[in-house]
Amino acid sequence: MTTRHGTAPAIEVAGLRKRYGQKQAVDGLDLQVAAGEIVAILGPNGAGKTTTVEILEGYRHRDDGHVRVLGEDPQTAGRAWRARIGVVLQGTNDLAEASVGELVRHFSRFYPDPRDPDEVIDAVGLREKVRVRARQLSGGQRRRLDVALGIVGRPDLVFLDEPTTGFDPQARRSFWDLVESLRTDGTTILLTTHYLEEAERLADRVVVVADGRVVAEGTPDDLGGRGARQAVVRWVEDGAVREVRTDTPTRTVAELAARFDEVPELQVLRPTLEDVYLGLLQGATAPAGEPTDAKQEALR
Amino acid sequence: MTTTTAPTTATARRLPGPLALGLERARYEVRVFFRERDAVVFIFAYPVIMMGIFAAVFGQDGATVPAGDVEIPFAQYFLPGMIATGVMLSSFQALAIAISVERDEGGLKRLRGTPLPASAFFVGKIGQVLGTGLAQTAILLVFAATAFDVPMPSDVSTWATFAWVYLLGTAAGAVCGVAFSSVPRSGRSASAVVTPIVLILQFISGVFFAWDSLPSWMQQVASVFPLRWLVEGMQAVFLPPQVTGDAELVTTALVLGAWLVGGLVVGARSFRWRRRDDG
Repeated sequence: MTTRHGTAPAIEVAGLRKRYGQKQAVDGLDLQVAAGEIVAILGPNGAGKTTTVEILEGYRHRDDGHVRVLGEDPQTAGRAWRARIGVVLQGTNDLAEASVGELVRHFSRFYPDPRDPDEVIDAVGLREKVRVRARQLSGGQRRRLDVALGIVGRPDLVFLDEPTTGFDPQARRSFWDLVESLRTDGTTILLTTHYLEEAERLADRVVVVADGRVVAEGTPDDLGGRGARQAVVRWVEDGAVREVRTDTPTRTVAELAARFDEVPELQVLRPTLEDVYLGLLQGATAPAGEPTDAKQEALR
Repeated sequence: MTTTTAPTTATARRLPGPLALGLERARYEVRVFFRERDAVVFIFAYPVIMMGIFAAVFGQDGATVPAGDVEIPFAQYFLPGMIATGVMLSSFQALAIAISVERDEGGLKRLRGTPLPASAFFVGKIGQVLGTGLAQTAILLVFAATAFDVPMPSDVSTWATFAWVYLLGTAAGAVCGVAFSSVPRSGRSASAVVTPIVLILQFISGVFFAWDSLPSWMQQVASVFPLRWLVEGMQAVFLPPQVTGDAELVTTALVLGAWLVGGLVVGARSFRWRRRDDG
């Protein structure tokens, strides 16, 4: 992970609040993103993800709280600050009659130190579409164009708001490769998504937001704490389902193997990020990460 | 992609100036305008088509319109109204619809997320309106002069009148278009909301009929709006001097000026980069 701005965080948020009428969309949210880090904000629809991101982008004014993005308050930051951020909005449908090449070149002229438009077009994989108008692009290609326009200004920080919604799996995978290539450039990325696989694949750190608050955060591998990640060994004994939560499922299975000739209905279940996430959303009272729909590990 | 420039030098580099960006925007807007087929037909070609139809239908066998104490050939009588209509279409109608659609589709919001200054956005719009409007008027004038033998003014002072009426009308139409772009509830409904307004104004402002033949209440209603005075100003340029006096030209300047100022005030207050339902 490269940090381009020393140790100063790219994003600092403390106690952020935003209310729309009766609805408290953001309710005391805290968030830190280090320079060069890729952070994914996960949460159900209506959790306050987009509101939070749009406050950070300078589109919306907050009711309360402390916000610094690249060292400035987005509410009052000027053009020089905008030149250092890249915004990829959720589902826009504009720019229909201009071609990919025209658009990337046109937007590059807004910035003091843009990337080479041709390099950007290559990087997002739209080389063969350079003369094609935005209207004729597929959903995935359009999103790549959105990213091209978001990064052509050589931003230090890129916001990606639900970038792969509506993609087919193949388009999603190649989009992830594109984001990975930004990481190697040292660009800080704040990503919102409701695809857990996407967060797991891309993010250094995952922040789970529900009801306008952060309910958990951590790397994709230890989100929810160690307990939530324990394997569950399940089998049938004396006509009843038995299960053991353990850090050492192999040993448990070995012990079982010693007692049975063939362990009846043996299963080893690992909670996926999705199980952990759903557990987190269900609230702190239920034990997180109950492997309701977990992947099964084949036993030898 | 490689990052070859250190961020310190990146931010130290100067941001592009608003005027240069405005010209860049204008180039882009004009190029894209001519790719929107329905906009080109309804905004750009409409006055020329209407001019051709009206002059051909009503001007058969050398028919004339009585205006004041002179008789004027139909084509010549209609030309000022068609120029005025063209100004309204390329400024008011084009901007009201285009900005409404761009707002609805998220294009304005996207621009707001870049370092493009608002001034450059509007300079671009003005450039597009002037570019398309002047081209449209030029085609109309050449068409009227060659196909219908409408006499063109030959002295500089008349063309000077043309210039200020044209620019003031375009400016008033443009700012009112920006202000009005917030009225349609969606981009889809924009042209259904905007087009009838311009069409009704054309009928009551004497574009399609001789002004003197309109009922007086209709004349009074039309006199509140800019199109009637834009027609009046253009008549001073293209009709014999008996038809429009200096008093009407002063009123033209005052009414168009008032709409310009009013449109600026309302437009500056009501302009939004985001959709109404977008928080």
